[in-house]
Amino acid sequence: MKIRSIITGLALLPALLSQAHAQCKELTVGSAISLTGKYATDGTHSKNGYDYAVEKIREAGGVRIGGQCYNFRVIYYDDESKGDRGATLAERLINQDKVQYMLGPYSSGMVKAIAPVTEKYRIPMVEAEGASRSLFNKGYKYLFAVLSTSEQYLASAITLAAEKARETGKQPSSVKVAIAVENDPFSLDIRAGVLEDAAKFGMKVVVDEKLPRDLSDMSAILTKVKVHRPDVLIVSGHSKGAATAVRQIGEQKINTPMIALTHCEVADVVGKFGDAANGILCSTQWAETLSYSDPIFGSASEYERGFKKAYPDYANKSVPYQTAQASAAVYVLKDAFERANSLDKEKLRDAIAETDLSTFYGQIRFSENGNNIAKPMVMRQIQNGKYNVVAPSEFASHKLDWPRTPR
Amino acid sequence: MEQILGNLSLLAEFPVINLKIIVDGLMIGSLFALAAYGLALVWGVMNVKNLAQGDFVIAGGYVSWWLAGLGLPPLLGVAAAFAVMWAVGWVVYKLVITRVIERDMFTSLLATFGLAIMMAQILNLLFGSDTQSIQLQYDTLYFFDGFIDVPIAKLLGVLLAALLAAGVILFMKASRMGQAIRATAQDARAARVLGIDTEKVYAFTFSLNAAICGAAGAIIVMVWVIQPFYGISYSIRSFVIVTAAGLGNLPGVIAAGLGIGALEQYGAHIFGIGYQQAVAVLLLLLVLVVRLVQQRRMRRSLQ
Repeated sequence: MKIRSIITGLALLPALLSQAHAQCKELTVGSAISLTGKYATDGTHSKNGYDYAVEKIREAGGVRIGGQCYNFRVIYYDDESKGDRGATLAERLINQDKVQYMLGPYSSGMVKAIAPVTEKYRIPMVEAEGASRSLFNKGYKYLFAVLSTSEQYLASAITLAAEKARETGKQPSSVKVAIAVENDPFSLDIRAGVLEDAAKFGMKVVVDEKLPRDLSDMSAILTKVKVHRPDVLIVSGHSKGAATAVRQIGEQKINTPMIALTHCEVADVVGKFGDAANGILCSTQWAETLSYSDPIFGSASEYERGFKKAYPDYANKSVPYQTAQASAAVYVLKDAFERANSLDKEKLRDAIAETDLSTFYGQIRFSENGNNIAKPMVMRQIQNGKYNVVAPSEFASHKLDWPRTPR
Repeated sequence: MEQILGNLSLLAEFPVINLKIIVDGLMIGSLFALAAYGLALVWGVMNVKNLAQGDFVIAGGYVSWWLAGLGLPPLLGVAAAFAVMWAVGWVVYKLVITRVIERDMFTSLLATFGLAIMMAQILNLLFGSDTQSIQLQYDTLYFFDGFIDVPIAKLLGVLLAALLAAGVILFMKASRMGQAIRATAQDARAARVLGIDTEKVYAFTFSLNAAICGAAGAIIVMVWVIQPFYGISYSIRSFVIVTAAGLGNLPGVIAAGLGIGALEQYGAHIFGIGYQQAVAVLLLLLVLVVRLVQQRRMRRSLQ
């Protein structure tokens, strides 16, 4: 009796094993990301984006490579928002955890620190949060970014200002520009993009200042803005820059007809400062009202709904683009794995390089340098407390309110 | 260079900018003076150079911001931050400061430096790294064609700061504890001999400092923005002010605080806002050099 049950047990064993075999295998990806330190908030947004995408891809049947299905598993390390720590952790992921593929960290500075390591070990890295264009002129072969590079962030405000000048019968060259950006690689790229476009139109730059890292007061700049009366004011200094600017623009009654910022959403300028934020232009990589879609995440608005359901913390705010692009990065990996039909990292790299993917986040196609050249930046204007897309015109849902009415 | 000259000529062309700079500077400076006064107290009484000064300020700001989120009126938040930070200061004293107070300067510097890092990180974990602020629904007063703006919130902040400073001065002059603190500052050993419980005085002083910083932070969150890692800039300014004014010189601390506020604004206008804090550090250097020369001269006259 006993022997029989053992025999039946043994006979069942292969069946059990094959059942396990039918389940998906694990596909390990590594990421050093900021969970503490100054980028902790944005780092967490990105991590949530990665995790959400991993889950959605699992639900949709995983990644199919050579007839076998795989699920992503991401090993995270906290880089403490420090570049040297990020580079050390990348080494650790590659050498100790034997990770063959990477997802990017948060911020250009961190990508800059990690990219030399992944390049050295020839590990393909798809990143979603490093937009500095200096990342894409170093000849890196294994680095790919799904987002638009940073010099495009606010350059479209200059184009808009030129359009408005023409409409009102003035020369674009008569437009005066004021720029205040933080002294970091990301914001300096934005400044370079703005200066380039302003020079193209022959515009005059009347204020050009750099904001300190620990900015909490920019009244000195705004006073100059008051005196010089520019037609466009550009401010970029992450969330503190946006918060400080909007508050003091309200206090000092700055009535520049066009004001363009970055990081309005993360700084929650509408929630905090209400009417003072009205009419301000905010650049974004992505908005949930855009008409993009894909089979995994659905449309942009479906992505937002699904994500909010999975992460109730976001219920009362809009999902930041940092999260959306992180999800898009995981999707790029899945797509490339399936086209490469192999776990070999070299084949994967070549497949990523040939990506031409429509996603809920926008079209993704990489240049030779690894940056996404298929997706435009989006400009939204705060109109009655709502973020409405006003540029580029083919995706715009609302008309630009110009000159800005502060109320 | 061209930009600097342009900015200078702006000052001449629009004299009202000077007034604007000074008004802004004095408003900022009053808060610097508050934090610096706490530092002068701790430095003078306990000979502890508290590098976590700015982090106490930021912590106070978060206390007020958090309570405001729960529905407490922001102006009451100043009192709440004072009370909460008093308790935090007491705990920190009992856990850390009391162990380093008799040691050499480096031990206390290292301990408070570690404290600063810990506090910033704890705030980050508790509240996240986003910048926060409280928006008060008060109007803004405008003068000179709208060139000079004085938000009533800022004015209230300055008033509160002045009130707090006056209260502390009165307390130090009139109360028994204030007298004990001053006695301990003059000579701790003699104070002990005369029956003053210096341990209690130290704990009280440190708590008072944390509370003052907390109140300053609660005001700052109403008029500017805070972030867990902003502490260091308030620490630096406190050090500059105390070094410039000297210990135990309260009018000096206030004057230096207001002065640095105004000078920083001038620096920000002329050299660009990126150099605002550089002006403070440059002033520190200048003050140190002047002090050194003064002391050398004094030594020579003594010889």
